[in-house]
Amino acid sequence: MSLRLEKLTISHQGAAMVALDVKVDAGEVLTIMGPSGCGKSTLLAALIGALPPAFTASGNVFLDGQDITHLPTHARKLGILFQDDILFPHLSVADNLGFGLPKATPNRKEAIAQALAEAGLAGMGPRDPATLSGGQRARVALMRTLLSAPRALLLDEPFAKLDSDLRVQMREFVFAAARTRGLPVILVTHDRDDARAAGGAVLGVTGAALKVWNGP
Amino acid sequence: MAQASNPARFGLWAALALLSLPVLAGLIGVIGPAFGYLPALGGNDPSLAPWRALLAWPGLGQALRLSIVTGVLATALSLVVTLLIVAAWQGTRSFTWITRALAPLLSLPHAAAAFGLAYLIAPSGWIARGISPWATGWERPPDLLIVNDPWGLALVAGLVIKEVPFLLLMTLAALPQTDSLRSQMVARSLGYGRVTGWMKAVGPRVYAQIRLPVYAVLAYSMSVVDVALILGPTRPPTLAVQILDWMTHPDLAMRFQAAAGALLQLALVIGALLTWRLAEGLVARWGAVWAAAGARGVAADKVLRPIGAAGALAIGLAVGLGLAGLLVWSFAGLWRFPALLPDIWTLRNWTGQADNLRRIGIETAVIASGATLIALFLSIAALQAQSKNRMQMMGLIYLPLIVPQIAFLPGLATFALLLGADGTRMAVMAVHLVFVLPYVYLTLADPWRAWDARAGLAAAALGARPARVLWSIRLPMLTRALLIAVAVGFATSVAQYLPTVLIGAGRVSTVTTEAVALASSGNRRLIGVWAVVQMALPMAVFALCLVVPALLFRNRRGMQIA
Repeated sequence: MSLRLEKLTISHQGAAMVALDVKVDAGEVLTIMGPSGCGKSTLLAALIGALPPAFTASGNVFLDGQDITHLPTHARKLGILFQDDILFPHLSVADNLGFGLPKATPNRKEAIAQALAEAGLAGMGPRDPATLSGGQRARVALMRTLLSAPRALLLDEPFAKLDSDLRVQMREFVFAAARTRGLPVILVTHDRDDARAAGGAVLGVTGAALKVWNGP
Repeated sequence: MAQASNPARFGLWAALALLSLPVLAGLIGVIGPAFGYLPALGGNDPSLAPWRALLAWPGLGQALRLSIVTGVLATALSLVVTLLIVAAWQGTRSFTWITRALAPLLSLPHAAAAFGLAYLIAPSGWIARGISPWATGWERPPDLLIVNDPWGLALVAGLVIKEVPFLLLMTLAALPQTDSLRSQMVARSLGYGRVTGWMKAVGPRVYAQIRLPVYAVLAYSMSVVDVALILGPTRPPTLAVQILDWMTHPDLAMRFQAAAGALLQLALVIGALLTWRLAEGLVARWGAVWAAAGARGVAADKVLRPIGAAGALAIGLAVGLGLAGLLVWSFAGLWRFPALLPDIWTLRNWTGQADNLRRIGIETAVIASGATLIALFLSIAALQAQSKNRMQMMGLIYLPLIVPQIAFLPGLATFALLLGADGTRMAVMAVHLVFVLPYVYLTLADPWRAWDARAGLAAAALGARPARVLWSIRLPMLTRALLIAVAVGFATSVAQYLPTVLIGAGRVSTVTTEAVALASSGNRRLIGVWAVVQMALPMAVFALCLVVPALLFRNRRGMQIA
């Protein structure tokens, strides 16, 4: 699996703010860093096909060699995690996971129970998501995305709202889950620790390589 | 982004057509007869005879004066009281309390509130009973014309108690967009009094937001029929009431001068709206000078804040006691003056009406449910389709609320008559829809837009198609707002008097037409029964619409009111 951005540029009122030409391979993490307002989140919006009308994009996006540039969001098979968990408040934890699981899946209950167990939430299926802790909710959101069988993972500062202990755990959990499934990952963040933990290449929105730590 | 689907776009166009076509058709339908042309009734040649007949009516001058004075006075008073309540109390705990107490009044039909007020202030009402005989010496109800007074003051009061809650809720919806709390804080820190600071710093921005609702109130107050039948003067009545009188006259030839009257009423309202608009400019210019002059108005708070609170309290009490009075009258047997409660309580007023109540109650509920569900469907479709052409909708949405009912419904009634559709339940439901749709749409629009669009994005990224996002995520998450819109739509339909009378042609009646028809009978017990049903029906639906989501989502903390 791989995700390739081919001469992708995003402009706002004629001025290009994002310009990238990169390829992310299976299990790799590409980190895009920059201050808020630089266009990081706009990049992810463009990738999932939800670019706000004020912006224009050119170039192409390939997922496993297939051009997905003009597909609607629901057909792209790109999983995304936001800063907030965006669990659906009217559904139980299990129903949230069920929403992500493709319809044709056999043994839905078992798949959901297994996902809960993997996230350390065994038996919490019937719970109201609002009664879970922030860390638990973040893990449910991740499992919901993974159950939808995405072919790449997009992370929009997903650790920013967690407190520091939890943030370390959650980072490891997410990156490990992506590695075992062989998913290409694009992470946007303004947190250097995120970039360091991701371990892959770090770029600015215009494609310039960034140095995030003073090491050898 | 997902393109608006075909059903959604169809719904948008259907909604736009529904908002504009009946109004236009109705206006066209009065122009012909107003100039003598209506072949079905023998008017083959255009003439000015209807206008001559209208001008020959001796009550015309007084009726026009009444319409203008009561309408403008009711609107100005409602606006001033509303702004005073907000300016004096916004941000305090009392304000939350005031808005909570006044908000439910919105679901109350105008006619029920008017009946309640009539019974409270009438010579035999609770106020007179409360101060008799110890303060007044009255042993019998005094022979005073308080209700139906020739100046229309009771009518103005009846309008104000309903329009203040409406304008207050419109203002509450506008406040978040005006940065009111911070502006108020800046004004206060510069040494301004609460009321003066608010009026100078926040007032103009709020007014700009509630301008269309204010116009709707003005147009409505000048042309209202049901409230005027209950509380207004009788000889002559307001122009709108006289037009209805001519429209429903057994002599169909009277419809020609009714049509001329409808056009005159429209001109009157347009003239008043234009004058109001000009007055806005003058007030704005004067207000800018006033604001820049620097007077802090700290002392004024001592007077104005209690006045604002007293206004809110008086409205709450007038409506609350009025409704309680109606309830008591409906169970009253013998009730001597000045006793505060009936000497004999009885169920006979109710049992005597049982069959009628059941039949007409069901008819009312069927019409209201039908109109509400169609309006809900169209509103959802329009909201779903209109991210781009939003302005288009917002301009038209107020059209049926600003063009006076009495100006275009006679024309629609004429078309219905020609098509043979008058007097059918479907026709009444259709004409209710014209007025239900704007309220359902306006109620739903804000929560619809406030919905966190990332939930839809998250669902789409999980592979859900737009239809599934709508049905499985957006609509369930908006359950509470949808049900509130249903309750508002239902209440709007139940409250419709003029459309039901004119299109129902006496063959379709609702609890409101029954209650208002009793107004001139003076039978307090019977009016009590029908007015209680008229207020209970929408309130029951409101209660249901609050309880259902509470039960449905009792185990979902994220779905509770924040």
